[in-house]
Amino acid sequence: MNMKVNYKEIGLMVGLEIHQMLNTKSKLFCECPTLLRTDNPHFHFLRKLRPTRSELGEMDPAALFEFKKGVSYRYEGYEDGICLVEMDEEPPHDLNREALEIALMISLMLKSMPVDELHVMRKIVIDGSNTTGFQRTALLAIGGEIYVEGKKIPIQTVCLEEDAARKIDEDKKRKEVVYRLDRMSIPLIEIATAPVINTPEEAERVAFKIGQLLRISGRVKRGLGTIRQDLNVSVKNGARIEIKGVQELGLISKIVEFEVVRQLKLLEIKDKLEKRGVRKEMIKNDFVDVSEIFVDTKSKIARRVLSRGGIALAVKLPGFAGLIGYELQSGRRLGTEFSDRAKYWADVGGIFHSDELPSYGITLDVVNKIKQRLNCDVNDAFVLIFEEKEKAVKALNAVIERAKEALDGVPEETRGANPDGTTHFLRPMPGKARMYPETDIKPIRITKEFLDELQRRLPEPPEAKYEKMIKIYKLSSEMARKMIESYHLDLFERIVEKLNVTPSIVASFLENTLVNLRREGFPVSNLSDEKIFLMFELLSRNIIAKEALPTLAEYLSKNPGVPVDKAVEELGLRTLGMEEVNSIIDKAIKNNISLIRERGERAIGPIMGIVMREVRGKVDGKLVSELVKDKINKILMQGK
Amino acid sequence: MEEEKEINYSERVKEFFKDNRVELYDKLKIIHRNGQVIKGVLLPRPDIGDPDVLILKLDNGYNIGIHLDNIVSVKVLGHLEAAPLVKIRKTYKVRKKSLVYFLGTGGTIASRIDYKTGAVYPFFTAEEIYSMFPELEDIAFIKAESLFSIFSEDMKPSYWSIIAEKVADIFKKEEPKGVVIAHGTDTMGFTAAAMAFALRRLPGPVILVGAQRSSDRPSTDAAFNVIAATITALDAPFGESVVVMHGSTSDSYCYVHRGVKVRKCHTSRRDAFRSINDIPLARIDYPNSFILLNERYLARSKEGIILENKFDPKVFLLKFYPGMPGEYLDLLIDKGVHGIVLEGTGLGHVSENLLKPLKRAYDEKIPVVMTSQCIWGRINMNVYRRGRELLKVGVISGEDMVPETALVKLSWLLGKNLDYKEIREAIHANIVNEINPRSEHRSYPSL
Repeated sequence: MNMKVNYKEIGLMVGLEIHQMLNTKSKLFCECPTLLRTDNPHFHFLRKLRPTRSELGEMDPAALFEFKKGVSYRYEGYEDGICLVEMDEEPPHDLNREALEIALMISLMLKSMPVDELHVMRKIVIDGSNTTGFQRTALLAIGGEIYVEGKKIPIQTVCLEEDAARKIDEDKKRKEVVYRLDRMSIPLIEIATAPVINTPEEAERVAFKIGQLLRISGRVKRGLGTIRQDLNVSVKNGARIEIKGVQELGLISKIVEFEVVRQLKLLEIKDKLEKRGVRKEMIKNDFVDVSEIFVDTKSKIARRVLSRGGIALAVKLPGFAGLIGYELQSGRRLGTEFSDRAKYWADVGGIFHSDELPSYGITLDVVNKIKQRLNCDVNDAFVLIFEEKEKAVKALNAVIERAKEALDGVPEETRGANPDGTTHFLRPMPGKARMYPETDIKPIRITKEFLDELQRRLPEPPEAKYEKMIKIYKLSSEMARKMIESYHLDLFERIVEKLNVTPSIVASFLENTLVNLRREGFPVSNLSDEKIFLMFELLSRNIIAKEALPTLAEYLSKNPGVPVDKAVEELGLRTLGMEEVNSIIDKAIKNNISLIRERGERAIGPIMGIVMREVRGKVDGKLVSELVKDKINKILMQGK
Repeated sequence: MEEEKEINYSERVKEFFKDNRVELYDKLKIIHRNGQVIKGVLLPRPDIGDPDVLILKLDNGYNIGIHLDNIVSVKVLGHLEAAPLVKIRKTYKVRKKSLVYFLGTGGTIASRIDYKTGAVYPFFTAEEIYSMFPELEDIAFIKAESLFSIFSEDMKPSYWSIIAEKVADIFKKEEPKGVVIAHGTDTMGFTAAAMAFALRRLPGPVILVGAQRSSDRPSTDAAFNVIAATITALDAPFGESVVVMHGSTSDSYCYVHRGVKVRKCHTSRRDAFRSINDIPLARIDYPNSFILLNERYLARSKEGIILENKFDPKVFLLKFYPGMPGEYLDLLIDKGVHGIVLEGTGLGHVSENLLKPLKRAYDEKIPVVMTSQCIWGRINMNVYRRGRELLKVGVISGEDMVPETALVKLSWLLGKNLDYKEIREAIHANIVNEINPRSEHRSYPSL
């Protein structure tokens, strides 16, 4: 899929929406902890969500469709982690002040203007990801800017909102979607940039820059899934496509690149269709039951569906020959987009189209027979589905809709990111967000005094931090850069400010040792900030040596239940006293006295080796080296 | 601009509106002191918060507040036609003939949000009910009317009389399979008990239904509660006053509670209502299967309704607590109370100092009924000495009635102009199964 694209020429515009979890003690509207869990849930309950009527007195069609599918939502909870508020069985408590403070601080860092009074809103979302059927969200600040490589990127809005529940499972047969409530209502900050980004790389840089600023606040959560980016991508003559839930920063430029290609290819398809004289009204839902053509078929799916009373339903797509199989993104064709829609609206397994046939046990003979039945010309294509009749009709209707949209070029829709950077259809673009006030929560006045106080407590900007890393903490420029971009920045600062340890040792442990251990497969996520802090506390009190840090970290990551001091005992990492070190060295010298006499100063190396085998990790190597040199030199002097 | 709508803004803000010819729902362009340009529709203020702060709805749907002092200039860009009531679908297909009659009294169940302003409006016509709960088209033919639109905490005995008379009238004229009364949940139990006494020999059930989550939210319990109430109206073999609400936190089943044995036991949960000292009459499994649970019921009657809908409001429900001064009871008697229900401790006790004023009530022929603040269990004043002393000063055992039902019953008996002796007898008499002669093991919930 190598396509040289001149992004300026095609008028690429990208806007980012960054969602970052705040590191608060409790959730946004109750006192439950903000912990993501993997242990088995303690209880569950079952709910239905109903579309509510819009301002126009009608139900939102997409919402109504979801409801008519008869889906139930099963919510899983923990007795010690989920309360009646998350269950939508108790009104929300006051908005978490800690979250408000952090979010305001970040707004000020972005030079965004906080509103004078905060109004919490209900944003209707009825896919089950909120027990209430709406997400609580508040617009906190307007405007602002960041600079990325000298270019001003305006910030449009900063919102404070609750996170959605985690989808765990979907049981299509039972029409049940399972959500876990641990993540729901963890405070999120949402930062939206203006759509001024013009290249895929720039999108990634802007996301990175905002992420860095968030980390510098020192009050956001870390790790996979704690930050999510939504991308709004459009090109000239294309459409605004919203791509949801990108978790990996490194994927952003790829996704934008691929989306641009997709939109350009869809525009190409549009041109080709127009050249072939295809018009929307020519694409008709004249479905034909072609089951009798499959009487003796070898196709497994055809036999299975037909034997169960299903049908083979086909529809002609005039002028589409060769275009349904046209690749839009790696492995994804216009046919994939048809199939995505059919799956979404009719809950079917998939469709077949003439550009990929004969195949799947469907012979050329059968293909020709279908073409004949549908009166297909050379340029005409067809789509075929094996399903029970009602579903088949729904599926082909969805295909017809999408085929008509091919004449518009790029249909507006919400897409989801795939791990390889391609995207798939998620749902139609929601209408204007349906929002109304959360009447259970009082408006919150944000006073100038409060903002002034926050302004005084703002963290230093990245440039000032960098200077400090170099001048005060004496880090190398490379390490200083690593550190200000690190998720561990706040932990680093806490350790070097509170403990008497060499900052470069701390930085090297956080940025090198931990990374190496992770690569070797150690579950370093088990090392909490608290544990790491304790390790350095032991180092600062000379209870362990810096050489012991990797071994200790390995052990603690594998044994998350063991306290740090206990691990030190179990591993025998406690620093040796000077007396013990001296006696070990003396013993080694005594046992190898002939070697020393023989080789003189060249014996220092081998003796060091013998001693270090015994004391490694329990005492500073430099000290040992000095002692050994000293003692051997003394012996050699005596000998003279 | 109408005075009442902007009442929550301060005088300063109103002056500012006047000077700049700004009206509610105007689309404004505001220049903020720090240079920011804000465009939004001016909304009325709720009655809380800082009255100097203007509320604007932005294009993206969010509401924000901007303080008057931060506004440098304002320009009116246009006006949003406020359409406070949403249009509703006028047509509906009814596939069933059986009539169920809906009466509205207010509360969470009969309200709807105005998305523009966020205000909540009551609704109650058949069209609106069908439009809100389209499943009903497949279940019943519905007629509806609104009697009041009040908070349930503003309900009172004279309203019970009006509702009861209306229900009797509907049964006579319309012959529905049942009458569904939409009611706020807070005092629903009282009204259910009142209907039970005021309307006897019912041809079908009188069903009180409500919602713990308002019907404007996707997670509302109103829909299933209303559908379950309608199913009860059609399928129940009984002609009693009942409460139909969620049976658990899930949208899985509803319970039909006997109106005289039900109590709201939780401030906010969907399954707040519990049958006390009784088991529910029936259960409705989602979406519509009716399962009878309790054989002890009053069957639908064809003999004609007995309507006795007078209630005496001069009754008092007194919860005893350690150290309660006896003179408070004297004060009630001085004020001319007609009857008292005591919520005593345990099996039915109060402190010694209350014996004297209780004796005074007895002498003045003011009935005093003992119930228990334990809620579950039965009164028995024969076990301890204090109980026997209370019986001696004329306190009447309320048996296993919940205090609220005892209060409604006493109010109703007083409304019938019975004399003191008759009232004493009637309290003990089991009129509409408000007393359960057997205390069943399973009727007390375990954790």
